[in-house]
Amino acid sequence: MDTAVTAKKKWWAGGYSPFNVNYGKLMMWYFLISDAFTFGALLISYGTIRFSSTSWPDPNEVFKSFPGAGHANLPLMFVSLMTFILIMSSVTMVLAVHAGHHRDKKAVAKWMIFTIIGGIAFLSCQAWEWTHLYHEGAWWGRNPFTNVDGTVATTNFTNFFFTITGFHGLHVTSGVIINIIILINVLKGTYEQRGHYEMVEKVGLYWHFVDLVWVFVFTCFYLL
Amino acid sequence: MSNEATLHSQQEVMHGAGAHDHHDHGHHHESFISKYVFSMDHKMIAKQFLITGIIWAIIGAFFSVLFRLQLGYPDATFPWLESILGHWAKGGRISPEAYYALVTMHGTILVFFVLTAGLSGTFSNLLIPLQVGARDMASPFMNCLSYWFFFLASLVMMASLFVQTGPASGGWTMYPPLSALGDASIGSKIGVDLWLTSMALFVVSQLLGGLNYISTILNMRAKGMSMTKMPLTIWSFFFTAVLGVLSFPVLLSGFILLLMDRHAGTSFYLSDIFIAGKALANEGGSAILYQHLFWFLGHPEVYIIILPAMGMVSEVLAVSSRKPIFGYLAMVGSLFAICILAFLVWAHHMFVTGLNPFLGAFFVLLTLLIAVPSAIKVFNWLTTIWKGNINFTPASLFSIGFVSTFISGGLTGIWLGNSSIDIHLHDTYFVIAHFHIVMGVSAFFGMFAGIYHWFPKMYGRFMNNTLGYIHFWVTLVGAYCIFWPMHYEGMAGMPRRYFDYSTWTSFNQFSGLNQFISFVVILVFAVQLLFVFNFFYSIFKGRKMTTQNPFKATTLEWTTPIHGIHGNWPGEIPEVHRWAYDYSKDGRDFIPQTEPLGPNESGH
Repeated sequence: MDTAVTAKKKWWAGGYSPFNVNYGKLMMWYFLISDAFTFGALLISYGTIRFSSTSWPDPNEVFKSFPGAGHANLPLMFVSLMTFILIMSSVTMVLAVHAGHHRDKKAVAKWMIFTIIGGIAFLSCQAWEWTHLYHEGAWWGRNPFTNVDGTVATTNFTNFFFTITGFHGLHVTSGVIINIIILINVLKGTYEQRGHYEMVEKVGLYWHFVDLVWVFVFTCFYLL
Repeated sequence: MSNEATLHSQQEVMHGAGAHDHHDHGHHHESFISKYVFSMDHKMIAKQFLITGIIWAIIGAFFSVLFRLQLGYPDATFPWLESILGHWAKGGRISPEAYYALVTMHGTILVFFVLTAGLSGTFSNLLIPLQVGARDMASPFMNCLSYWFFFLASLVMMASLFVQTGPASGGWTMYPPLSALGDASIGSKIGVDLWLTSMALFVVSQLLGGLNYISTILNMRAKGMSMTKMPLTIWSFFFTAVLGVLSFPVLLSGFILLLMDRHAGTSFYLSDIFIAGKALANEGGSAILYQHLFWFLGHPEVYIIILPAMGMVSEVLAVSSRKPIFGYLAMVGSLFAICILAFLVWAHHMFVTGLNPFLGAFFVLLTLLIAVPSAIKVFNWLTTIWKGNINFTPASLFSIGFVSTFISGGLTGIWLGNSSIDIHLHDTYFVIAHFHIVMGVSAFFGMFAGIYHWFPKMYGRFMNNTLGYIHFWVTLVGAYCIFWPMHYEGMAGMPRRYFDYSTWTSFNQFSGLNQFISFVVILVFAVQLLFVFNFFYSIFKGRKMTTQNPFKATTLEWTTPIHGIHGNWPGEIPEVHRWAYDYSKDGRDFIPQTEPLGPNESGH
């Protein structure tokens, strides 16, 4: 490694990218910061409304069902599974990016397929959870759950839950669609011809971001 | 050390290489559609933004003429109003509903469609690639999309003017509950939905544009163009884009929640409301929450409007006074400070909403802090032209006018930034006067300066100077005549947004003044039409540009051919060797940025 030369190089003097990345990756990073502000605003709105309310429903009571388990009391089990699936899909995405660095087309395709399956599995889980809650009487503007202290809750618990998890679900959906497009390009050999798999890296950034957002959504709605 | 080596050990990313090289010798065949409509050339996209902005400006300004007729002549009837507005102006008198629709659309159009998209959309697109030395934007495709999303937003907003129940009319801030409940007023019906849709499309357009501006400035600078060699225009566009990318998404979140409140039965912003004597079920929401979300964008938005104007004025003042800009780094530093503070002052729009006075104190402090970088900039502009050999072109006059209005409008901001004075002055004509002078008139002056100065770069011809001088003097004097008296009205407690003041005896003393203001508004509007005529006439018939660098400026855009080509430079991109402000140096009038430093010369 030629440390002396690289250290002296003037990265900001023009003619180079100062971060040594393509504009596309730079844009993706800035887009993610922007999108973080979108989610930040929604979650902070949720926080202000929740903390200005005297009481709030208990997530352990609301989210206690598991498909096929009847009326068994399994608080947060299902959402833990969902979270596990989504995080595993991030792992497979890392492996896809890694394989891309080695220009291993087959491995990239394989791990992209796993990532897409993970994404679809997460969305299916979310669909089940929404349907289940809907049948319990919960929806935008309708809240069957009572507060922890036994008082009647406002509808804002379900309003925020469906809006924010829905907005996140839309992000996952678009992520899955983008992943499928990238997978098709991988299989067509577009990136092999281009000589690098940077597109996989870029959608990987988006996918990890969507994952990270879920961690916050999960914390705010299910744990707190 | 080893860390840095690892970071950069991969192949270096150089912007000249790869995707953009095939644009080089821009003579490949282009159809009408790809050249003028779905163009991916930043120079054409800039013109698209500008002309769309001009059309919107005419509409938005015409609306102000209409509602000023009502304010100046509340008892008069104008039969021609009925022929253009129909039942909105029965008997030639604007109805209260129409009045509120007009003021709402005036604000929305001018703030977003003209001074955001029309101003920074035009000049960021035109100048960023030309002044940093790039063949085009980082992503020409996204740039094209950015314009067409703006166009779609424009179409939807335009459509809302023609629906049966009229456009949104709850004020340009679209506060709930008025905007959230369709039954609240006639202007809260489908007009608000169209308004929200249009604005969501607008946010997308801003995001696509902003990401492009940022990555072009960071990644695509020509060899030698370090960040501190960039003209101040580029710095201002950079900070503008950062502000937009970080604040518009918060507005979008606010709009999502508002749309839900309108159509999904939620109560994010609604609680304990009666409409027509009937109690609504909505409970637990907060109307103030919307105001926080709105002003978290809303305040940065005023800097999104003013920063590009500041950048262009800095450039035009240096060029036309043949002097280097005074305090270049201080200028960059104050832009940066304004950009940071922009995010920390939003609650000064909410001092009287019941905001905790203790919290208000911090927002007062942070608001007043903005006076520091603003004052630095003003002093630097004044010292830049001080003892300069000024060419009084229309562009330089508008730049000087900008400094004037920025001072007089900025000083009243110090009044309004104090929460205790705000108790008296909030929602009065004092506020109207303040923000129209400091961000409306000033931003327009910066925009006019930019248009007169870079018109030759856009169209290869000059605009007519005589018409330019008439335009400047009437607009400057007119703007002060319109807004200066409003300070007095505001201090006397005259509230904004009222339809008719004649029923209050305390405001009767202002009826003559209101007439005077309305008269000047009509005059100034007519002169803007003169400018529009000058603009379009000069595109086809203006004096032709015969040299590449008519203003003898140092910056890179004047090293490109008179008739712009796709790819900007016919050959290699020039290398940059010095900063952008070597005017009157070593006995020379100006030294272009492309000229290497002499043996006895030190860089700036």
